Amino acid sequence: MAITRFTKWGATGLAAAPFLMWGAGARAELGLNMPQGVTAVSREVYDLHMLIFWICVVIAIGVFGVMFWSIFHHRKSRGAVPAQFHESTLVEIVWTVVPMLILIGMAVPATKTLVKMYDSREAELTIKVTGYQWRWQYDYLDQNVGFLSVLSTPTAQIRNTAPKGEHYLLEVDNPMVVPVGKKVRILTTAADVIHSWWVPELGWKKDAIPGFINESWTLIEKPGIYRGQCAELCGKDHGYMPIVVKAVPEAEFKEWLAQMQAKNKPNPKTANDDNSTVKIAGGQTL
Amino acid sequence: MSTASHAHDHAEDHGHDHGPPRGLTRWIYTTNHKDIGTLYLLFSLLMFFVGGSMALVIRAELFQPGLQIVNPDFFNQMTTMHALVMIFGAVMPAFVGLANWLVPMMIGAPDMALPRMNNWSFWIMPFAFTLLLSTLFLPGGGPAGGWTLYPPLVLQTGDAFPFVILAVHMMGASSIMGAINIIATILNLRAPGMTLMKMPMFVWTWLITAYLLIAVMPVLAGSVTMLLTDKFFGTSFFNAGGGGDPVMFQHIFWFFGHPEVYIMILPAFGIISMIIPTFARKPLFGYASMVYATASIAFLSFIVWAHHMFTVGMPLAGELFFMYATMLIAVPTGVKVFNWISTMWRGAMTFETPMLFAIAFVVLFTIGGFSGLMLAMAPADFQYQDTYFVVAHFHYVLVPGAVFSIMAAAYYWLPKWTGHMYDEKLGQWHFWLSTIGVNVLFFPQHFLGLAGMPRRIPDYALQFTEFNMMSTVGAFMFGFSQLLFAYNVIKTIRGGAKATDKVWEGADGLEWTLSSPPAYHTFTTAPEIR
Amino acid sequence: MTHAEHAPTDHYYVPHHSHWPIVASISLFILMYGGATLLNGGSKGILLLGLTLLLITIFGWFGTVIREGEKGMYSDQVDRSFRWGMIWFIFSEVMFFAAFFGALFYARSYSVPWLGGESDHGLVTHGMLWPKYEADWPTNGPADIGGFFAPMHAWGLPALNTLILLSSGVTITLAHWGLIEGNRPKLIKWLAATVALGILFLFLQATEYHEAYKHLNLTLGSGIYGSTFFMLTGFHGLHVTIGAIILTVILFRSMAGHFTLERHFAFEAAAWYWHFVDVVWLGLFIFVYWM
Ligand code: HEA
Ligand code: HEA
Ligand code: CUA
Ligand SMILES: [Cu+2]
Repeated sequence: MAITRFTKWGATGLAAAPFLMWGAGARAELGLNMPQGVTAVSREVYDLHMLIFWICVVIAIGVFGVMFWSIFHHRKSRGAVPAQFHESTLVEIVWTVVPMLILIGMAVPATKTLVKMYDSREAELTIKVTGYQWRWQYDYLDQNVGFLSVLSTPTAQIRNTAPKGEHYLLEVDNPMVVPVGKKVRILTTAADVIHSWWVPELGWKKDAIPGFINESWTLIEKPGIYRGQCAELCGKDHGYMPIVVKAVPEAEFKEWLAQMQAKNKPNPKTANDDNSTVKIAGGQTL
Repeated sequence: MSTASHAHDHAEDHGHDHGPPRGLTRWIYTTNHKDIGTLYLLFSLLMFFVGGSMALVIRAELFQPGLQIVNPDFFNQMTTMHALVMIFGAVMPAFVGLANWLVPMMIGAPDMALPRMNNWSFWIMPFAFTLLLSTLFLPGGGPAGGWTLYPPLVLQTGDAFPFVILAVHMMGASSIMGAINIIATILNLRAPGMTLMKMPMFVWTWLITAYLLIAVMPVLAGSVTMLLTDKFFGTSFFNAGGGGDPVMFQHIFWFFGHPEVYIMILPAFGIISMIIPTFARKPLFGYASMVYATASIAFLSFIVWAHHMFTVGMPLAGELFFMYATMLIAVPTGVKVFNWISTMWRGAMTFETPMLFAIAFVVLFTIGGFSGLMLAMAPADFQYQDTYFVVAHFHYVLVPGAVFSIMAAAYYWLPKWTGHMYDEKLGQWHFWLSTIGVNVLFFPQHFLGLAGMPRRIPDYALQFTEFNMMSTVGAFMFGFSQLLFAYNVIKTIRGGAKATDKVWEGADGLEWTLSSPPAYHTFTTAPEIR
Repeated sequence: MTHAEHAPTDHYYVPHHSHWPIVASISLFILMYGGATLLNGGSKGILLLGLTLLLITIFGWFGTVIREGEKGMYSDQVDRSFRWGMIWFIFSEVMFFAAFFGALFYARSYSVPWLGGESDHGLVTHGMLWPKYEADWPTNGPADIGGFFAPMHAWGLPALNTLILLSSGVTITLAHWGLIEGNRPKLIKWLAATVALGILFLFLQATEYHEAYKHLNLTLGSGIYGSTFFMLTGFHGLHVTIGAIILTVILFRSMAGHFTLERHFAFEAAAWYWHFVDVVWLGLFIFVYWM
């Protein structure tokens, strides 16, 4: 029957294709896979991601392999006669225990990485990041530096009346500047609704919750510009509150800090008056 | 499994039975489980198209970077409504409709246990959705805070807010009553000899699903009530200034939300467990372990909720607990997958449309399960969370998972319900277009997420363009293939080759002993089960 | 009336056609629509219309069921269906309360201590955002929402109310014994006592609320304590009200001689419901008032 042949090849091809695509993506730098990032933690997360991924691929090949073998050979059109067995305690125990063991094998490295990520002690610099609808505020604690950071892509590009630039939607007026090779503690909070601070190259994101402060840390190894976005729906311009982190050598950082302090702008928001300030209304109106 | 030694296909034997009354009131006043099942299924199909059209708006906007057809606020309304309509309007009612049609026939019952309440459960739904969908036309538009309704954002909703909350209350009431009915039917109306461990898997999975529903829908009701009082009556549940916590809402919501996703997949497991044995012509492998696996999944589903909240800043111990518990779910789910494959093993398979959908379900649901497992690893989830990787995950389990199982069920039982065979060729076309379409639609979303595209955004950075285009093409292909399905269903209802009582060579179970279509009232006296 | 012996045992009673469900759906829709417009600043009219319609529906629908029951149309199996229905309905109510108890426990063991600086998680939150806040229960939070208030003490009216509800659990059991013994005066006497205790409870609860609003400045807006206090006790009070109404109906039906020794599901359902309300109150007394 034409239909069954159609079925067979179609199904095999279909099942294999995604995995081939994904496998290819995992190797090449095609923007298909998670970035390895620029911190020890982000690489660990990446390795963990790849570990689980390959475990899943292997299981998938095994499971789907058996299934398609069976679909191919045990079809009525090939004269298959159905067997009547319908249980086997042994195999059922095996396929309960083996996945358990695999899961334990995955849980161990995951636990280690997680514990490391939760240890924000001994940071050399603390930056408080506050989410507003729809902009970020960075306060360098004890440094008397603080500023707002807003999307700098022109509305015309968004409205398709001007050609889009290279960093369309991922550019801001004032990036957050940090020194490389130093452990930086990042405190996230928000003033209105929940936001989430995420830079993929750093290997994590953390929600910014009004009224509470979350801690995380990063230690960037390579100077560069790293871009991210708000990752929690926060209203109409949620898609338009990017994050840009500029990691620079220590000396350059000191210089930048001095410049900022020289501007001697008092903090637009000091640490303690979050609940008393008026909300900053609207970012860019679209 | 069970077979009837004594088939009752002509309920007319019994004095007080009669066929369906005529006219509109048949449908409005009905207490008949078959009529109510039909109503649920048609309603669900309609909602699938409504929710799907919203998805197409989303996909059309995302075809290219930049804002083309909608503004960001309307985009968010579409995302929110799409999810609410699909979950509460399409998938859940479809399963309730299937339960209505099938559970009484499968256990040898004359009807549902509480037929008038059954009618009410259904008729609440159109009104609830009228209330919900009408918000799109209010000043300020519909809800735009995501289907997860997180405060404080959701409290910024305009006039739509109380309408949405009260619509959710209505849906909740409907679901709870539907679930109570199904449990009471299964526990009380089984024919003599139909012991629990003889029940078809579909009945088992629904028994457990109904339990989940009754346990968590009231919690959803409670959580949205707190939203309502926080907005209108000055309470501080989700306000840190008053000693509350916005994250508290997330805990309560996901205590409902996670079991909810199993509510949308357990009946699907049941359906697949009915279809594969039929077309493999071989009894289901590991029936008992299937039952235990379903129960374990249900149990575990209550203690994993915070895997949706790995990034909110929970203490380390909580993070670890929820990670481990979530990973455990792979074990009973694996048991199910392995059992299905063992059922196929050394069977004598044929590949009619229901079987094709069932096979695609096994493969594609498992892929979705794998990505779920990846999400369960907390440190990795810090990267995946709120990206298109998550969107890809849940659509794999929901669309080629839940929705495919519903389509498989429709093709499988349609000949029984209508007495006509569906058009097989059209069915095969529908299957292949859907399967290819759904993969083109959702597979690239994995890459998008990993490469860093957040979810719930109307516009994106340039490196995401190609995969978004691909996804949109897939969406339109998948979406429009569903018109074939609707056409095929309508065509089958209106006529077609006569179906035999057994319909499928390998079919087993009480419903196949009835005539096709079954009499309006079946099993008014209980059959005896061997 | 004892038609019970005529109840068919081989046939399951499937009611044919009913207009009540659709009427109920429409009433509910009007009620909800009215509620939403009221919250948005509209008038009460639609809400009241919906409420009236819903009440009419409830009376009509239950009336039908009662008449059918009295005609003996329900077999033992139907009776069991009703029982399962009621049991699972009560379970769903338990879960509804669980959500609010969950909120109370979460606030008391997590959010409030965190805001007050407890644990790693709370340290920075407290230090930077709410340095002056001292976490104590009861609290209206670091922003002192609703202003200074006095909490409700357990050993005044609430203790008395505990006593009242517990005794009402006893009286309803006595009424049930009366029913089983075929002693109708005993049934009616104790049932009336139960209703009276329920009303007394509600009266005292209302007094307590009055006291809270008038003298203690304890309101729904008193931060998380006020929120959990009034939502939990409020929903409980609502359930007592419903329970008392059901019991009143049952009382009238008992006086009309509706129940027989074997067949009195409605009575039992009401009793179960009453016990459920009772148990919830115990939880409230312990976790809201006392500890
Ligand atoms: C039908 C619906 C459904 C189903 C069945 C599942 C199943 C699973 N889900 Fe999914 N999930 C959703 C619907 C569903 N999910 C939705 C809607 C969301 C997003 C909500 C929102 O935010 O809007 C979500 C989000 C979501 C998250 C949060 C992501 C985030 O926001 O960051 C997580 C994290 O742990 C997760 C995990 C899992 C896991 C572990 C399973 C497991 O049950 C999967 C188990 C299955 C398998 C693993 C495959 C088969 C097993 C084998 C072949 C055995 C051998 C395997 C191994 C040992 C590896 N899901
Ligand atoms: C069961 C649930 C379910 C189902 C079936 C679907 C089905 C689909 N979903 Fe969705 N989806 C969710 C549940 C579901 N989804 C949830 C929970 C979210 C999260 C929401 C949130 O973030 O809050 C989500 C979010 C979501 C997003 C992310 C939006 C965002 O983050 O901003 C996208 C984007 O591609 C998407 C797409 C689709 C598509 C293309 C389909 C397709 O499968 C739909 C196919 C069907 C059709 C297209 C119908 C056919 C219509 C026609 C043929 C048109 C003809 C029209 C008329 C006759 C009027 N969905
Ligand atoms: Cu800020 Cu999303
Ligand atoms: Cu989940």
